[in-house]
Amino acid sequence: MGFKALGLETFAVESESEALAALRKLTRESDDYAIIYIEENLASALEHEIARYKDNPTPAIILIPGREGSLGLGQSALRAAVERAVGTNILGD
Amino acid sequence: MASTTITPTRMVLNQLKGRLKTARRGHKLLKDKRDELMRQFMDVVKQNKVLRIRVEEGLTQAFAAMQVASSIMSPEMLEQALLYPRQSVELGMDFKNIMSVNVPLYHFTTKNNDPSEIYPYGFAQTSGELDDALDKLARVFEDMLELAQVEKTMQLLAEEIEKTRRRVNALEYVMIPELEGNIKYISMKLEENENATKVRLLKVKEMVLQDAHHYKQ
Repeated sequence: MGFKALGLETFAVESESEALAALRKLTRESDDYAIIYIEENLASALEHEIARYKDNPTPAIILIPGREGSLGLGQSALRAAVERAVGTNILGD
Repeated sequence: MASTTITPTRMVLNQLKGRLKTARRGHKLLKDKRDELMRQFMDVVKQNKVLRIRVEEGLTQAFAAMQVASSIMSPEMLEQALLYPRQSVELGMDFKNIMSVNVPLYHFTTKNNDPSEIYPYGFAQTSGELDDALDKLARVFEDMLELAQVEKTMQLLAEEIEKTRRRVNALEYVMIPELEGNIKYISMKLEENENATKVRLLKVKEMVLQDAHHYKQ
């Protein structure tokens, strides 16, 4: 809610299917969005959609912690990228 | 292996030698590319790690502050206060080229330059806690933007590294050994032919000598 005051566009969703629809709308029907922030608690349902855009320069889909605090999904994305590039986890965590 | 399908001629041998040379040079170049990408990637990963922690902490704090604000104000009031934003953000994007990977560079411009414009409400009817929460959010937002850039860069680099690594390995463990094997096969075959020709010539010479001079051993 607060992000709206900063001038970002926000899309409130109530269910996972709504989130999926909203994300599809943002990614497929327009090129206007370069960065999309998604709360982590919704991300597990949207995994496939997010993975589709991993290798595209736009949009950048970034997970942010929700109201409940960090679930560690953002960090696991980092780990996955390292594993993909190096072949093994070299961060040691 | 594939050596059964190649024709053992000098022309093919030369072609294969050329290809081996190219493959070796390509392998070296790709290996260098991979190493450099990896170096850049590790920098980005480190940056990303720091930023991610900072953003997550900042957001948690901002949300907590928001929680406080919403517990003081009525939900209707809160919603009304935030209903219509005065500030708007334009996000511009450029591309930067890192080792032939196009990574995004974001720069944002706010419509109103006055930093106080993030508060889209009058101060009379809202609590100070809300101001506090928005202030925290505004500060974390810059980090979030940088995080988006770094994270996207990281993902794109990871993809490119994976591709390059596959190519390096394919060259190193498949292409180059196969070419070397084929070259060896052809040169051995050619040598064999040469020997056969030599022996045949000796034999013919013997026969010719015998015919001409009735020469016998």
